[in-house]
Amino acid sequence: MKSVLRVPLIFAGISCLAFAFSGMSLSFVANEVITRFIRDGVMVMALIIPIRAGMGVNFSIVVGALCAQVGLILVLDFGLGGLTGLFAMAAIGLALSLVMGIAIGICLNRVKNREMITTIIIGFVATAVYQLIFMVGYGTVIRPTNQEMMLSRGIGIRNMVDLEMFRGLLDRLWLVKLGSLEIPVFMVLAVTGFGLVIKYLNLTRLGKAFAVVGQSFEKAQALGLDADMIRIKALVLSTLIACLGHLFYILNIGMLNVYTAHMNTDIFSCAALFAGGATLARARVRHAVFGIVLFHSLFIVSPQAGQNVFGNPALGEYFRSFVAYGTIAFALILNAGTAEKPV
Amino acid sequence: MKNLGVQIPQAVIIVFLAVMTGAAVWLEIPLTWIFSDALVRLAMNGVLVLSLVPMLKAGVGINFGLPIGVVGGLMGMCISVNFGFKGIGGLAMAMAFSLPVALALGTGYGAVLNRVKGKEEITATFLGFSFIPLMNFFWTVAPFSNPAMLWPIGGKGLRPVIGLKKFFAKSLNDLWLVDIAGVRVPVGFLLFFFLLCILLVLFFRTRTGRAMTAVGESEDFARLAGIRIPGIRILAVILSTIIAALGICVYAQSYGFLELYDAPLMMAFPAASAILVGGSMGRHTKMAHVVLGTFLFQTTYLISGPIANELMVPEVAEIFRLMITNGIILYALLYEGGKTK
Repeated sequence: MKSVLRVPLIFAGISCLAFAFSGMSLSFVANEVITRFIRDGVMVMALIIPIRAGMGVNFSIVVGALCAQVGLILVLDFGLGGLTGLFAMAAIGLALSLVMGIAIGICLNRVKNREMITTIIIGFVATAVYQLIFMVGYGTVIRPTNQEMMLSRGIGIRNMVDLEMFRGLLDRLWLVKLGSLEIPVFMVLAVTGFGLVIKYLNLTRLGKAFAVVGQSFEKAQALGLDADMIRIKALVLSTLIACLGHLFYILNIGMLNVYTAHMNTDIFSCAALFAGGATLARARVRHAVFGIVLFHSLFIVSPQAGQNVFGNPALGEYFRSFVAYGTIAFALILNAGTAEKPV
Repeated sequence: MKNLGVQIPQAVIIVFLAVMTGAAVWLEIPLTWIFSDALVRLAMNGVLVLSLVPMLKAGVGINFGLPIGVVGGLMGMCISVNFGFKGIGGLAMAMAFSLPVALALGTGYGAVLNRVKGKEEITATFLGFSFIPLMNFFWTVAPFSNPAMLWPIGGKGLRPVIGLKKFFAKSLNDLWLVDIAGVRVPVGFLLFFFLLCILLVLFFRTRTGRAMTAVGESEDFARLAGIRIPGIRILAVILSTIIAALGICVYAQSYGFLELYDAPLMMAFPAASAILVGGSMGRHTKMAHVVLGTFLFQTTYLISGPIANELMVPEVAEIFRLMITNGIILYALLYEGGKTK
């Protein structure tokens, strides 16, 4: 049990230290953490189900994020605003995620025990295809209806697309002010609700099936479960959740960075989950929640701390990237060591 | 079916290359220029691709942690530049300095990879990724003193891009340059690359080399034969790391710039893609795969640039490169399938 707490405690320690050196006010950091919780919470939760199903970290949540962006761009292209637009983009994104999730699931069934490296590469390929469609396809093959979002040369969408008609639609709902603390209650409840749904899902028949497949693929087959199908379902769910999570993220920011918004979502989400104490064998909703708080508080304070301690903000940036990648590397090393034991 | 599978990536890339060459002729881009550059790029990237071979042969998987070896080479070059060594001697010194660094890094890297058997590739990827920001720290605070490599303002911390023109840029490129019917053939450069290939082939003929191949083919068999598997695997990783360090030295002198900080982050993927295009499938890797793969892969890289510029939007070249690079790796992963324990 102790080792489960080790990583979160290290994170908490470093965060406190960096916070002390950064000289930032507690309320500022708390506000930022709440914002990050809303932005990234659902995305981190998307990783839980594949880990339970024994497929490791699903780095191809990037694909879910890309589906969300496609939905958003199409909605903007057709000029739908308000709640209609919101539902339309979610519907397009989810439909696309469903198809992609099935495809990725089938791929991953071919590469058992090498799922993680495959999902990373799938993310890269999907990024390239996405860029090809929106940077080159738009304006040449696809005719846009909304000329405003195009680059002046007529080919490709602008790097930054404004989401004015959706800004604050959800984030300002039920905003409660506690002193200098601003809590968008609706969104916090929405993200927490997601966590509860995933928790509930784990208790259902399907959730139990995930756990059995995760423990041993052969055992699941011996029990008469269609293990391949269950793995595909796990991946589809993960991609769908990632798509919704990315919509939360973009809508909260209020801008879409068309070509870069999805990048590194997989790395940061995965690092946050591990920071919360998850391992490759065991991931829970509470790991996600703790992880986001711990990981992002460190992320918020470290550049300023780097500035104050070393007189160079770049060092804080490097530290951030190191923490993100290093946490994942560390978790992989720790976990593979325990996985060696014969079952 | 097995043979057919091996040939699909090659077939795709050869067709792609043929179309590109046709387009180049149509756009009147001189073919001699393309061919000269293709030869340079073969030697320039070939050593980095070659560095994947020992780990593949020993069954450790594709070396996605290539940035670790690259950092060893960068370190060697930084030391050489700091002393102000010039010409081919400077390059040799850079390689000499990078050897101990790569040896140390490779040992640690290999020890970690021994702990994560079966998950080497993903762990290597993240070890490489996390090593880069760690080294960024080092580049920022390292006590180098040659003003040519420091930030002009403040005089502290290494520049992200250091020009090698005054040091050893092109020193190997221009060695014994021969002009054959308008094609400039960098004889010395190619010889160096082929020499490394031959040395590696000879290494795999030795007792240790054979042991390494045996470990890659079947660990159970190797264990029965009395081979110390962890030691052999670490040796393979060290060898890969050292060749990668040499590879970046060769690359940088040809490119003319020493790129630090985040530059090596994604270097593993084109190299992996090249060797896979060459027809390497896991353990069965030959030097012919390295040479053929690098040539095909780098030539597509080379031609796609100017053509994209002429035809459409310039970003197309980069997007196509990304798609080809990762598409090939994905294909290879899917084709090879999972690893059963």
